[in-house]
Amino acid sequence: MATNVKAQAAAPPARGWYGVILLAWLVPGGGHFLLKRPGRGALLLASVAIMFLLGLMMRGAMFQPQTGDVLTTIIYCGGFLGDLASGLFYLLTVWLGYAQPDMAGHVHDYGAKFLVAAGLLNVLAMVDAYEIATGEKE
Amino acid sequence: MPKMNLSHFEAAILFALFSSVVLGVITKRTDAERLRYGVRCFAYFVAALIGLGWLMKLGHG
Repeated sequence: MATNVKAQAAAPPARGWYGVILLAWLVPGGGHFLLKRPGRGALLLASVAIMFLLGLMMRGAMFQPQTGDVLTTIIYCGGFLGDLASGLFYLLTVWLGYAQPDMAGHVHDYGAKFLVAAGLLNVLAMVDAYEIATGEKE
Repeated sequence: MPKMNLSHFEAAILFALFSSVVLGVITKRTDAERLRYGVRCFAYFVAALIGLGWLMKLGHG
C-alpha cells in the first residue's frame, strides 16, 4: 500500500502529449529534446538523419501511394507512410524537388529501404516520446 | 549530392548499426542496459546477415 502511494507520488504528471508527438514527428528526437532527454534525442536525431541521408545518397525512390491488388496497396501506401514518418526530412526533400524514379539495382533498392526505415525508426522514437510524456516511462 | 555505391554487406551493416542505436535508445531504462541491448541487437543483425548470406549461397548451388 505504502509502496503504491510512493510510486504514484513519484510518477511524473501526464503532460500534453500532442505537441510532443508533433515535434517528435517533425524533428526526429525533438520530442526527447522537449522532454529534457537531450542525449537520447541527439542519438535518435543522428540515427534517423544519417539513415535518411544515406537513402538519398543511394538515390532511393520515394514511395507514392498507389492502390490496386492488396500487395500493391500495402507496399506503396505503407512505403509512403514510412517515408512520411521522417517528418521535416521528407517534406524538405520533396519540396526541394527530389524525384528519383524507381530504378533497377541493389543500391537504389537499399536507398528506398533506408528512406522508409528512417521513418519507421522515427515512429519508434515518437512512441517512446509519448510514453515519456504520459509518465509510462522515465 | 554525391552518389554513394555500397555493397550489400556495407549497406546491411549500416542499416544494422543505426537500427540498433535506435532500438537501444528507446527500449531500456538505464544507459548501461541500453548500451548492452544496442550491442546485442547489432550482433544479432550481423549474425542473421552472415547466416542468411551463407544460406543463400549454399541454396543457390
